[in-house]
Amino acid sequence: MDLTLTPKHRALRDEVDAFIAAHRDAAPRPGGGRKRPDRKALDWQALLLEHGYFARTIPREYGGFGAPHDVIELAIIADAFSRASISPGIHNQGISMLVPTLLEVGTEEQKRRWIGPTIRGEVIWCQGYSEPGSGSDLAAAQTRAAVEDGHFVINGQKIWTSSAHFADMMFLLCRTEPDKAKHAGLSYLLLPMNAPGIEVRPLRTMTGRAEFNETFFTDVRVPVDQIVMGRGDGWHVANVTLKYERMLLGDPNKLQQRLEAIRRMMEQPGADGARLLDRAEWRDRLLRLQGEVIAARNHNMRLLTETAEGVDSGLGRFIVKYHGTMLAHRLASLALDVMGSTGLLYEPQGEVAEDDPATTWQIDYMYDIGLIIGGGSSNIQKNIIGERGLGLPREPKAAVPAGRN
Amino acid sequence: MRFGLTEDQGLFGRSLRGFLADRLPLDTLRRLAESGTGFDAELWRGLGELGLHGLLVPEEHGGAGLGMLDAALAAEALGYHAAPAPFAAALVMAVQAFRSAGDAEQQRQWLPRVAAGQARIGLGFAGLAGQTGRAALRLEGGRLSGALDGLMDGGEATHFLAYLADGRAALIEAGAPGVTATLRRSVDRTRALVDLDLAGAAPVALLQSSNDPLAAARRVRDAGRVMLAADTLGAAQNMLDRAVAYANERMQFGRVIGSFQGVKYMCADMATMLEPCRAMVWYAAYAQDAVPEEAAMVASHAKAHLAEVGREVARLATEVHGGMGFTDLLGLHHQFKRITFDRQALGGPERCRHDAAVAQGWIAA
Repeated sequence: MDLTLTPKHRALRDEVDAFIAAHRDAAPRPGGGRKRPDRKALDWQALLLEHGYFARTIPREYGGFGAPHDVIELAIIADAFSRASISPGIHNQGISMLVPTLLEVGTEEQKRRWIGPTIRGEVIWCQGYSEPGSGSDLAAAQTRAAVEDGHFVINGQKIWTSSAHFADMMFLLCRTEPDKAKHAGLSYLLLPMNAPGIEVRPLRTMTGRAEFNETFFTDVRVPVDQIVMGRGDGWHVANVTLKYERMLLGDPNKLQQRLEAIRRMMEQPGADGARLLDRAEWRDRLLRLQGEVIAARNHNMRLLTETAEGVDSGLGRFIVKYHGTMLAHRLASLALDVMGSTGLLYEPQGEVAEDDPATTWQIDYMYDIGLIIGGGSSNIQKNIIGERGLGLPREPKAAVPAGRN
Repeated sequence: MRFGLTEDQGLFGRSLRGFLADRLPLDTLRRLAESGTGFDAELWRGLGELGLHGLLVPEEHGGAGLGMLDAALAAEALGYHAAPAPFAAALVMAVQAFRSAGDAEQQRQWLPRVAAGQARIGLGFAGLAGQTGRAALRLEGGRLSGALDGLMDGGEATHFLAYLADGRAALIEAGAPGVTATLRRSVDRTRALVDLDLAGAAPVALLQSSNDPLAAARRVRDAGRVMLAADTLGAAQNMLDRAVAYANERMQFGRVIGSFQGVKYMCADMATMLEPCRAMVWYAAYAQDAVPEEAAMVASHAKAHLAEVGREVARLATEVHGGMGFTDLLGLHHQFKRITFDRQALGGPERCRHDAAVAQGWIAA
């Protein structure tokens, strides 16, 4: 354990604090990722990239800052933005899931072509994974891609496609080798959302907004080189992406941001002039969650170190999504309780404007349920933790109902 | 720049666990727990040979001069095996007390004796840490009178370090005139509590060299809280490991029960709660030596959080074992009770969280 701040680290901390003080007015509200970044968000992203506060360790030739991997530096930066409640940049599926996937298994050409525009927030990606008949059982995907004169020709349907209504590109899991076994018949394709034959139908959720979509494919043609790894490697690539998705969904910096925001609310005097932070029963609820957030952040530091040292964290990594999404929902729950009846006011602004705090918390509180279910539901996570993390046996296959196969 | 254990620390933890696994098979543990003193001379000697007595004592005083993280790894191993051995108070808090409030002469006189395993110091904090029980000591004319309940590591102690309400600490010899030490067997038979009644006892040392005795006392408290958190981490990990092993071997309905999602999910829930606690304990221990501005906050948070997680794991792991978990046959209850003890000693979670709020300036003390 060596977390000593070198003079270089202290300088970085001062530098980030000074940056935030100088530029905080230019920052969009934290959160987002559920809308296409606006001009303000894109400018802020550019500023963060220029200073190395975003994509810090991604090589320069791919559009990153090219700094060597240093967990303390990353922690210093994340901490400074959390403390100041300032947006740490755009976190969307392209940036947090596809980019690390390409860095891990993409070709040189794919890295050069896609990573830069994606981390700048210019190219928005959506994920074509779930289908009406394959949700938790992702490998059962039936969307077909047959090869014809140098193209994959895609037919089928995806569901729960977040951001598909404004995304530029999709990473798609589909069946290219129908003769091979379930897991071995899949491929991972990259395709533009404006390709002819793609139809996106918004799916309104409990938040009243359409964060998700159904996406239909009719003879959509994609050049055969728009594939990550090879034909039949889709399940492997999809799992690389899922690994990063689950880390994103359990992001402890988001938890810290929420905790800070709730503390600030509790420090404001209420209508009776009293602060909730001074009332033991409220304070203890906040403190209980703070303890859990500290554990999550310490755990994340451990995982970052293990990743940097090439150690597979196994169990330590498998728990992150389940742990983080449940904790995030409990934080949103406390926020609603703190706001009380004034927090019931709900006026979502849709794609155009920023939501007020009460609406944002209500959306988070509901959207969190979506995150608990998506990216592999909590039950799927518990299967993974139990089977791959702890070595417990798999559930035996149940008999299939009559008339099905 | 790394967040993790060194190779040496990993080795130290493993070898200590190996030693304890060897020395404390269930029948031995059951026998040692019978007395409820939390002490066994042979085990104590063995731990000394592994360097545990002087772990935190500076090298100039005959110790190994290691840090709080090393001590936390030791506490975790002791908790894992429910070892009836004085540690948190006798070998960590007492050393911390001498280092933070003892003068040079007192350190020279006492720390080598701790490192040699000759001085085993039971320690009592009472109100300063939020323990319940009597805590009314008076120091008049160099003599100590009154009562202090719930001293830790007090069974077979050679000395007692009794904290006064103002943060000063008096070292008293067990068996000296005016000292009545009553051993109270606790629900955790691997660790006793001692109630002290004093009638004009003469301290052999008064630790009062700190400019801010209460702050010095809080540092000792925090070191103790980290050790109890680490002890719970070990005990809970033991219970989880055994629950997983049992679920992988016990057959019902023609299947091992670990293949049922109901059982599997109990194990997954335990792992999900417990795994982040490891890094939390590491950091809390490390902060005691290296991050003074966060030390108090993270020590109290670690103690409180491990108490909450420990309680859940203790129940779930017992439940996974079914009726067997409830019996004495498997001995799972030793760790269960270890977790029970750790939760209340040095203040329960509500008190610890209150202290964490004070430590970060949210409210006045």
